[in-house]
Amino acid sequence: MKINVLAFGIAKDIFGAPSVSVNLNGSTTADLKRSLEANYPKLRQLVSYMVAVNNEYADDEFLIGEKDEVAIIPPVSGG
Amino acid sequence: MNTQIEISDKPLDIQSCIDWVMSPQSGGIDVFIGTVRNATKGKQVMRLEFEAYKPMALKEMEKIAQQAFDKWPVQKLLIHHRTGVLEVGEVPVVIAVSCAHRDAAFEACRYVIDKLKQTVPIWKKEIFEDGEVWVAAHP
Repeated sequence: MKINVLAFGIAKDIFGAPSVSVNLNGSTTADLKRSLEANYPKLRQLVSYMVAVNNEYADDEFLIGEKDEVAIIPPVSGG
Repeated sequence: MNTQIEISDKPLDIQSCIDWVMSPQSGGIDVFIGTVRNATKGKQVMRLEFEAYKPMALKEMEKIAQQAFDKWPVQKLLIHHRTGVLEVGEVPVVIAVSCAHRDAAFEACRYVIDKLKQTVPIWKKEIFEDGEVWVAAHP
């Protein structure tokens, strides 16, 4: 399954683009993280990061669908 | 509507934020104004750059507002956040809360800004003379 992943803040710098296309083996959020970390090892150096699916934080077991809006949320720092 | 939530790349108008939460039923208004500080850990900051995942950030701010209404007898609640480049002394965030009594207003306002900093997908980059850093990204 090929999905488009949006990136913000430092994740955008790590990907070198505001979004990347990912070929996903499996379909959970954890699978996506594994796949991204393999391609972009610098993700592992972050304090933490979350995955959001359709504008909601998603836990590791969340099943991602092909048409979902998926985003990488590095540690937030608003305010 | 008892809440007003906005993310904007235009300067925030503090007085209009306060005016919006004012109501005849209010006995007190609490306002938090975030400002861009000129230094972090002793290092001079030139400016900040804010980026938001806007649809999700608005949704998360709505949730926080709802939690504040559930926890305290809040009358009106406003959250405005800036994006883009902000110079020292500019205002990235305004929270305004009106209640019948001050205790609830103070507590609700504090709750909203603390939660916003934890959960709302907005990021700031500090720009120094010799480089730049996304705040909170690395240990």
